Amino acid sequence: MKRIYLDHNATTPLHPEVRKSIIDSMDLYGNPSSLHADGREARALLEEARGRVAALINAEPGDMMFVGSGSEANNTVLSILGCTGAQCGIHPSVESQLVTSTIEHPCILETSKCLENRGASVARIGVDERGLLRMEDLEEALARDTSLVSIMMVNNETGAIQDVRTALDLAHRAGALFHTDAVQAVGKIPVDVRELEVDFLTVSAHKIYGPKGVGALYVRRGTPFCPLIRGGHQEMGRRAGTENTLGITGFGIAAEMRGLEMEAEGRKLEALNRRLREGIIERIDDIHFNSFPEHCVHSTLNVSFAGVEGEAMLLYLDMEGIEVSTGSACASGSLDPSHVLLEMGLPVEYSHGSLRISMGRSTTEDDVERVLEVLPGVVRRLRKMSTAWGGSCR
Amino acid sequence: MSDWLYSDRVKEHFMDPKNIMYDEEGFEYDAKGTTGNIKCGDEMTFYLKIDPESMTITDCRWKTFGCASAIASTSVLSEMVKGMKLEDAYRISNRDIIEQLGGLPENKVHCSVLGDKALRRAIDNYYRSIGMEDRVHDTGSRVVCQCLNITEDEIEHAVLEGARNYYQLQEKTKVGTSCGECEEEARRLLAYYLDKHFCNT
Repeated sequence: MKRIYLDHNATTPLHPEVRKSIIDSMDLYGNPSSLHADGREARALLEEARGRVAALINAEPGDMMFVGSGSEANNTVLSILGCTGAQCGIHPSVESQLVTSTIEHPCILETSKCLENRGASVARIGVDERGLLRMEDLEEALARDTSLVSIMMVNNETGAIQDVRTALDLAHRAGALFHTDAVQAVGKIPVDVRELEVDFLTVSAHKIYGPKGVGALYVRRGTPFCPLIRGGHQEMGRRAGTENTLGITGFGIAAEMRGLEMEAEGRKLEALNRRLREGIIERIDDIHFNSFPEHCVHSTLNVSFAGVEGEAMLLYLDMEGIEVSTGSACASGSLDPSHVLLEMGLPVEYSHGSLRISMGRSTTEDDVERVLEVLPGVVRRLRKMSTAWGGSCR
Repeated sequence: MSDWLYSDRVKEHFMDPKNIMYDEEGFEYDAKGTTGNIKCGDEMTFYLKIDPESMTITDCRWKTFGCASAIASTSVLSEMVKGMKLEDAYRISNRDIIEQLGGLPENKVHCSVLGDKALRRAIDNYYRSIGMEDRVHDTGSRVVCQCLNITEDEIEHAVLEGARNYYQLQEKTKVGTSCGECEEEARRLLAYYLDKHFCNT
């Protein structure tokens, strides 16, 4: 059975060029820190990749550091808050707070919770029913002394694009540093760090058709910094540990390919998103869209179905070869439905029945038609056996 | 490649669930019982046809709003109870269901708890309908955990059976393992019953 992969926000398959570049570099075992020929060869590869990743977001290569994942990059940024400044010259006021949002990725939410437990003060800004940051609340929070603001650029569950420009201006005006987790944005929409004047920005390789286990953090020159992983001079002393040269090589090519393909792909995805949305409206009643086309990346469509539970939908679709994701409690292991959908004010009943369809570079019109062919039957089937549907109520 | 998330039996019953209550079928039943709560993500109803002579379940149907293992566990339970005496069916526990399913991951166990509760509720409703109130086990004790329909009595029972802290109470009753809203109330009751039964002063 042909599998239709529609879970690109979770991860993406390797771009063929990325795959090729990794295979071609397989025998380059040198340590980029070594001075001999093998080391220099690896170093050259590493710096080439750094230039490519930097180019995708219009950064200076020297401002990009490679890390092990998007989560590590985000943890690194938040960790500067706990720094006492003994070695790195950062002296964040103890009173000074971290401001973030309620819909961040768990690697920000949980890290900020941990900082809070250690005595830091954290403000979490909520979102409206479209999943967009409440700017007036941000403004209010920034009236208090703030050292760092961290707001994601694109939400992983709904695809909602935040007004990072406005949030960043507010933060800078309040004298705070600004970080954006752009893992779901880079490679989907244009991101230009020079124009944005952001202080920190997180990128992940495997969301842009690169390999897993590699991420990058942009740190604007002159910005206070404190390493999360210490004990080595790698990455300008900002991240200890011998670099993942193969992964980074692939990351570089992935970034380069994104630069070439993103624009045309965006137009294709816009059309596919429209078709998918219209097709679902035509075929299935009692639905609620959690992605709003005018505020979301075209690749993501999050939609809830009344009367059905998400994990069951996901697994019936999986049996038909269609691979998606859900915000249902049962699929998370935590038994809580999606915090993002709940924060948007979606009734709990609907938040248990959400599907996230995230398309990508290989998604075709046929894939979308296949979803439209199979999905209505899956929803109908589950609704017919559901206590939350039909009977005397309908 | 892993073929499937859960056991083969779960897959079987999820792919082809038995005894679903389809509205158009017009299944006539003698008793029904519902448990769970849509807000918590799981709700199910059992419909029983009962032979009054032998007090045996002759046929049954069910409906479920829930995940794959909730669907499978209700389906497998519906196969288990057919031909069973009411009193025997009453004793089916979630452990029995899990065994029939060939096991479930730890975080999925709460789903299967619902089937036996819905079944017991249906049986109680049947006893009530034929005037055998003395057989009703559900004494109308106050429900503490709305998601999993766990009562004050059950919490007291768990304490008597050895639950000494909230973790052990959850192990025994599953209280608060779904939405968690009842945690404070459950902890208060736990302290109350510990005090009532095990404090000598």
